[in-house]
Amino acid sequence: MSTIATSSAASMPHEHAHEEHHENNTVFGFWLYLMTDCLLFASFFATYAVLFMNTAGGVSGKDIFELNFVAVETAALLLSSITFGFAMICAHRQNKSGSLAWLAVTWALGACFIGMEVYEFHHLIEHGNGPQQSAFLTAFFSLVGLHGLHVTAGLIWMTIMFIEVTRRGLGEQTVTRLSCLSLFWHFLDIVWICVFTVVYLMGAM
Amino acid sequence: MSLLGKLSIEAVPYHEPIIMVTLAVVAVVGVVIAMLITKYKQWGTLWFDWITSVDHKRLGIMYIVLAMIMLLRGFADAIMMRTQLAMATNGAPGYLPPEHYDQIFTAHGVIMIIFMAMPFMIGLMNIILPLQIGARDVAFPFLNNLSFWLTAGGAILVNVSLGLGEFAKTGWVAYPPLAGLEFSPGVGVDYYIWALQISGLGTLLTAVNFLVTVFKMRAPGMKLMQMPIFTWTCTWANILIAASFPILTAVLAMLTLDRYMDFHFFTNEAGGNSMMYINLFWAWGHPEVYILVLPAFGIFSEVISTFTAKRLFGYKSMVYASGAIAILGFIVWLHHFFTMGSSANVNAFFGIMTMVIAVPTGVKLFNWLFTMYRGRLILSVPVLWTLGFMVTFTIGGMTGVLLAIPGADYVLHNSLFLIAHFHNTIIGGAVFGYLAGFAFWFPKAMGFKLDEKTGKAAFWCWQIGFLLAFMPLYVLGFLGMTRRLNHTDNPDWNIWLYIAAFGAFVIAIGIFFQLLQLFVSFKNKEKLNDTTGDPWNGHTLEWSTASPPQFYNFAKIPHIKDIDAWTDMKERGDSYQRPEKYTPIHMPKNTSAGVFMSMSFTLMGFALIWHIWWLAVVGLVAGIGVFIKRCYTSDVDYYVQVDEVERVEATHLSANTVGGRS
Repeated sequence: MSTIATSSAASMPHEHAHEEHHENNTVFGFWLYLMTDCLLFASFFATYAVLFMNTAGGVSGKDIFELNFVAVETAALLLSSITFGFAMICAHRQNKSGSLAWLAVTWALGACFIGMEVYEFHHLIEHGNGPQQSAFLTAFFSLVGLHGLHVTAGLIWMTIMFIEVTRRGLGEQTVTRLSCLSLFWHFLDIVWICVFTVVYLMGAM
Repeated sequence: MSLLGKLSIEAVPYHEPIIMVTLAVVAVVGVVIAMLITKYKQWGTLWFDWITSVDHKRLGIMYIVLAMIMLLRGFADAIMMRTQLAMATNGAPGYLPPEHYDQIFTAHGVIMIIFMAMPFMIGLMNIILPLQIGARDVAFPFLNNLSFWLTAGGAILVNVSLGLGEFAKTGWVAYPPLAGLEFSPGVGVDYYIWALQISGLGTLLTAVNFLVTVFKMRAPGMKLMQMPIFTWTCTWANILIAASFPILTAVLAMLTLDRYMDFHFFTNEAGGNSMMYINLFWAWGHPEVYILVLPAFGIFSEVISTFTAKRLFGYKSMVYASGAIAILGFIVWLHHFFTMGSSANVNAFFGIMTMVIAVPTGVKLFNWLFTMYRGRLILSVPVLWTLGFMVTFTIGGMTGVLLAIPGADYVLHNSLFLIAHFHNTIIGGAVFGYLAGFAFWFPKAMGFKLDEKTGKAAFWCWQIGFLLAFMPLYVLGFLGMTRRLNHTDNPDWNIWLYIAAFGAFVIAIGIFFQLLQLFVSFKNKEKLNDTTGDPWNGHTLEWSTASPPQFYNFAKIPHIKDIDAWTDMKERGDSYQRPEKYTPIHMPKNTSAGVFMSMSFTLMGFALIWHIWWLAVVGLVAGIGVFIKRCYTSDVDYYVQVDEVERVEATHLSANTVGGRS
């Protein structure tokens, strides 16, 4: 806590120094949380690796994965990382409208991704390949669904941040929160690259 | 589907006299406490100064109060088990029917590890760690309050299961397929899942919070390798929490999906694999025991170096040994199920890794011995616990090395030898450590010392009772008795079961002395008063504050030049110096968001246990709603003005200069 700064007892520079320190802590703390989240995903990946061959006489990855469809889904999510990057550049330049516009684009791409995932899940369940059918499908739905749940949470968070930026502008606290969300969003992208590789590419081959 | 899900009046076990009497006693005690609070008009204090407090010292005290209450509950379970086993010999049924007995041993394990040991450890860490590194609070004070209430929420769920429905009958590890829907159709396992899930989230947040605190908020000048040893061991424990609790979250989520949505992670049919649960569970569970014991090692180090008035021998090797234990703790989980039947090479790897842990642990023991060597050890209560630990834990460590041999483990697996071993390490290691820390830091937290006489009596009862209760279990293990038996029919076992039950009663006397100690100490508060803030001539910064510490901890953050920062300041004559001028101190305001958030999630857990879906949605939305509202509350902090700081500091300084100590 930087209130020990001896130079001035006036409260304004004080407050500023304090906030700076505190926001620093926030990003570091959030990064630590992401590392724990990473381990949560790791557990589900390990489980998938153990169970993916246990199809119990039902379908395997080869039978149900449509790589073209997933490629579009993946492109949408990867693109949303770039657009979030643009939103952050705008935010650091205090360009409110630019930041909001890029956030909106990011949101739309994320929603697109989730929409496609829901469609895929629905399609599988409709054809009798729901998570209750085999350990493989259980592991598949859980791992991909866990990622989808995270992206959904990210979309809700982004909605709230959109309102915050609109109403409050790009103050220090808001930019810090945006930074955390951006870490979260990029992290989900990296996890998705692993999902795409391990589940879809290796499964369809 | 009913609006109350599976919940109905049938859920109350009114035909079980033991449970109903217990509930009645709890109700009476609760009413008496509520009446006392009302009589002395303390509800406001309770709410504004404690429940909503974001002060790490107060949260720490609340953690320890929770741990003590849970110790009583968990111990009640223990003594019921021991008396049952002493009575149910030669084929007699005893007084606890199997379905009740099974819940008791499950509840005992869950409560003692998750709701007694963890809160005790986290409580001590909360009170002391920020003080030791010269910080005014933790990095995220609100989160700290939330963590506590999440832990408490889990504890509430476990205890609700006593009066509504049932608790799991699976053992504290809840292995499927026994814990699956097919063999545990009741709500017991669901109570287990949600209690652990909610409190686990609290623990994870605590770890993140304290890691940021340690890495970002140390007093100027304090390098990592100058942090007090207790702070270091807590940091290793926090790293372990951050690395292992997500695995528990994952495995519980999988079990939830199996039970609620008919998934096939661990089922016998459709390709599920129950051994995967056991792997994942212990990938959390093994680091968990090091999470419990590492901070205890830190406490012993502080106690020994303080009461010999010497610097800790081998500080660096202590830090590295703790790190080695933390890392090795992650690659030994398979030793919990050598009998799974992995190949000989796999078992050999995990067996050897397990034995290797004895090396850094041995380093620590020798460091403590060398610290004492040629020192003038004062046999105070914390030191007694430490010496007791050194003997007891060494026995536990050696039986651990025995169990680490896969061949031997095939004989001893799931026998009482194992039970004796882990109680030997958890009680003799972790719990003795927390009790040493309790006696050591009690004056710091409360402002007066604990009564020595009753404290020593408590120690001896615990130490002797422990040996009487658990050494016979080693013998019983060799005689072939397995764990979790409800009744026995082997005359060779009887005598050992009687001795073990007797030992449990000796421990009960120890617990009685501890309660008496608290009572006597409160009564003689004036006589035991610690005006100096430094009753043991301590080495580290927490002793530079008043007892109890100023709510802002430090008026002026000290500059650190040495490992034993406070000793160094005393030697240089820098202690108790009034700074040239005070500056306003920035502090967080108390908030009710944490308790409301946690209670919402606890309600959600309760609703999910009983399949009351609408209520689960309400709980979840309310919890998130409170959090969002908190994020947009701007009135979260204030400044302590200079005149108030001056007033508080003057009291502390005058106690240490005018007619006081050097």
